[in-house]
Amino acid sequence: MAVISSDNRGLRLAVRYAVLILIALIFVFPLVFMVMSSLKPSQQLLQDSANLRAFLPVGDISLNNYFAAFQRAPVATFVFNSVLVTGVTVLFSLLVCSAAGFAFVFVKWKGRETLLAILLATLILPFETIAIPMLLMVAHLPWLGVDGLTWGWLNSYRVQIIPFIADGLTVFLFVQYFKDLPGELIEAARVEGASWGQIYRKIVMPLSGPILATAAILKFLVMYNQYLWPLMVTQEEGYRPVMVGLQYFFQLNVAWGEVMAYLSLITVPVLAFYLYLQRAFIASIASTGVKG
Amino acid sequence: MARISLKDVRKSYGTAHVIKGVDIEIEDGEFCVFVGPSGCGKSTLLRMIAGLEDITAGSLSIGGREVNDLPPAERGVAMVFQSYAIFPHMTVRENVAFGLTIAGASKAEKEAKVAEAARILQMEHLLDRRPSQLSGGQRQRVAIGRAIVRKPKVFLFDEPLSNLDAALRMDMRMEIGKLHQQLGATMIYVTHDQVEAMTLADKIVVLKDGQVMQIGSPMDLYHNPANLFVAGFLGAPSMNFLKVTVQGVNGPTALVANTALDRVEVPTGGRHFAVGDTALLGLRPQYLGVSEGPGRLHGQVALTERLGAETVVEVTLKDASPLIAALSYDAVLPLGAPVALDFDPTRAHLFPAP
Repeated sequence: MAVISSDNRGLRLAVRYAVLILIALIFVFPLVFMVMSSLKPSQQLLQDSANLRAFLPVGDISLNNYFAAFQRAPVATFVFNSVLVTGVTVLFSLLVCSAAGFAFVFVKWKGRETLLAILLATLILPFETIAIPMLLMVAHLPWLGVDGLTWGWLNSYRVQIIPFIADGLTVFLFVQYFKDLPGELIEAARVEGASWGQIYRKIVMPLSGPILATAAILKFLVMYNQYLWPLMVTQEEGYRPVMVGLQYFFQLNVAWGEVMAYLSLITVPVLAFYLYLQRAFIASIASTGVKG
Repeated sequence: MARISLKDVRKSYGTAHVIKGVDIEIEDGEFCVFVGPSGCGKSTLLRMIAGLEDITAGSLSIGGREVNDLPPAERGVAMVFQSYAIFPHMTVRENVAFGLTIAGASKAEKEAKVAEAARILQMEHLLDRRPSQLSGGQRQRVAIGRAIVRKPKVFLFDEPLSNLDAALRMDMRMEIGKLHQQLGATMIYVTHDQVEAMTLADKIVVLKDGQVMQIGSPMDLYHNPANLFVAGFLGAPSMNFLKVTVQGVNGPTALVANTALDRVEVPTGGRHFAVGDTALLGLRPQYLGVSEGPGRLHGQVALTERLGAETVVEVTLKDASPLIAALSYDAVLPLGAPVALDFDPTRAHLFPAP
C-alpha cells in the first residue's frame, strides 16, 4: 500500500483533474468545431480543418452562413416541428410508461408477468424491421379530427407522435425504479384510503424525480434524432423535423458552412433541455431525501 | 363496535400453507398481541386483517361485518409499520394529515385533528420537519400520529418497536400502552418480543407455524401454558424443562422423579400421563430458590450473572442437565459450589415428552 502523504495527494488530484479535463475536451471539441465552422466561409473552413485554427474564431468571421441556411431551408419550421413532436411525445411517454410501470409493479393482476415479458422482448426488435409494416398500418388508420373522419395518418404530427409514446425501454426503466421503492409506503397509503390513482399521483410520482428525468432525456434524444420514420411518413415540408431537414444541405455542392450553421441552430433546443433537466435531476435527488 | 372475529382463516401461497385455520375473537377495545417466532405467520395474519393480503379461506369480520373482500380503506383500520412507512417527500404535518386529505377533509378540520394528534404524541415542534430530519423514535411517533388522526376503530401495529434501541423501545412501549387507555380503540399488535407481549396485552395469541398455540391473558398464559411451546416461549429467562419419569398418577397430580430430582407430586394441568411415561417437568427460573433444608434439586454452580435486581445462576444438575434459576440479588454462590434448590410443586408444569 502506498503511503498517502500530503504532497502525493496533491499530485493525485492534479492527475485526476488533468484526465477529467482531457475527457471533457474530447466531448467539447466537436461542438466548438461546429460553432466555429458555422462562422466561416466554406473555403476557409476546409483549410482550417487541417489545423488548430478549426477551433478558433479567426479569419473571415460572419453570420452569413446562418442567413444562407435560413434561405435554403425553412429552418424555423423544422425546429418547431421537432420541438413539438419531441415535447409532446416525451410528455405522453412519461405519463403512459410510468402508469404502465406502476400497474406492473404495484397492482396485482393475472398475466402481468407474461405481459411484461412480452413487452421487454420488444426491446430486441430493431426499428427497421417493423418500419415497413408500421408504415402500411398508419397509412390506413382512421382519425377523427376537426374535418370529421379521415383515413390515413401520413403527413401529420400524430403519425410522428403516437407510435412512439409507449416503448418497452421506458416502461422497463420505470418498472426497475418502482421495484426499489419501499412497498410499505404503498401499503400505508392503501390503508389510509388512497386509491391507485391517488397513490400514483401523491406517493409514487413525487418520489420518481430521478427516473422521470432519466426517461425524459433518453426519450428526448431518440425523438429529436428521428430520421427514418419522419422521412417515410412526411412528404410535406410543413411536417418535417430537423433531421430530415438536414438533407436540404446535402445537394450537389455541399455548403459546409451552412451545414454547420444549421447543426448549431438545431443543437440549441437539445442543450437547453438537457441543462434544464440536469437541474431538475439534482434538485429531485436533494428533495426526496434519499438516504440510508 | 369494533369486535374482530376470525373464523377458520387460512392463507396459502400455491401449495405453501402459511396460516392453517385460525380462530380468534378480539373484543371491542381490547389490546391483543400476536406473538411467536419468526415465520410463524403473525405478520401475515395482521396483513390479512388490514386487507393487504387476500384471505384464502375462512371468514374475517370487523364490527360484525364480514370484510374478507373489502379493500383496506373500507375496513376502518389504521396500521403502523415496522419501517414506519412515512412518506419522505411530505412534511410531518402532511404525513399525519394524509388520510384526512384523501378523505377530502376541510383545511380547518385537518388542522384541528393534526394538532390534537400532535398534542397526544408530544410532537408539536416536529410538524414542519421532513422525515429525513427525524430520529427513529420521532418517525415512529409520526407513523402513530398518522394512524390516530383518522380515529379508526382498529389499530394494527406490525412490530413497531423493533427498529428502535432498547431504551427508546421501553419508552415507546409505555406510550403505546397509555395511548390504548386514552383512545380505548381495539388494537392488534404483532411482535416477536415476549416482554412487549406480556406488558401490553389484554389478550395474547401465541402462534407457531401458522397455527394458534394458545389464547389468553398474559398471566393466564404465564401460569397455565397449554403446551410445551407456550411454556418455553413466554417468560425470561425461559422455563427449565427436566426430563422426568412418571412414577404415579393421582387424579390431578402425578408423582415424578429423576436422578437429580427427588420424588415430587406436581399438577398435571389436565394432561394425561401413565406410570412409566417420560415427561418434561417445567420449572420457571423465578420460582426456584436456594433451599434451607436438604432441597429437591442438587447440582453445582456453573455460571453466575448479577443483573442488579436479581442474580441468574446456571446450575449443572447431578444428571449433567443445566438448570437456570433467578435468585435474589444478594444470593452469593461461588462457582463450582454444591447447591440445593427447592421449588413450590404447585407452580411446576408437567408436559408429555415430545
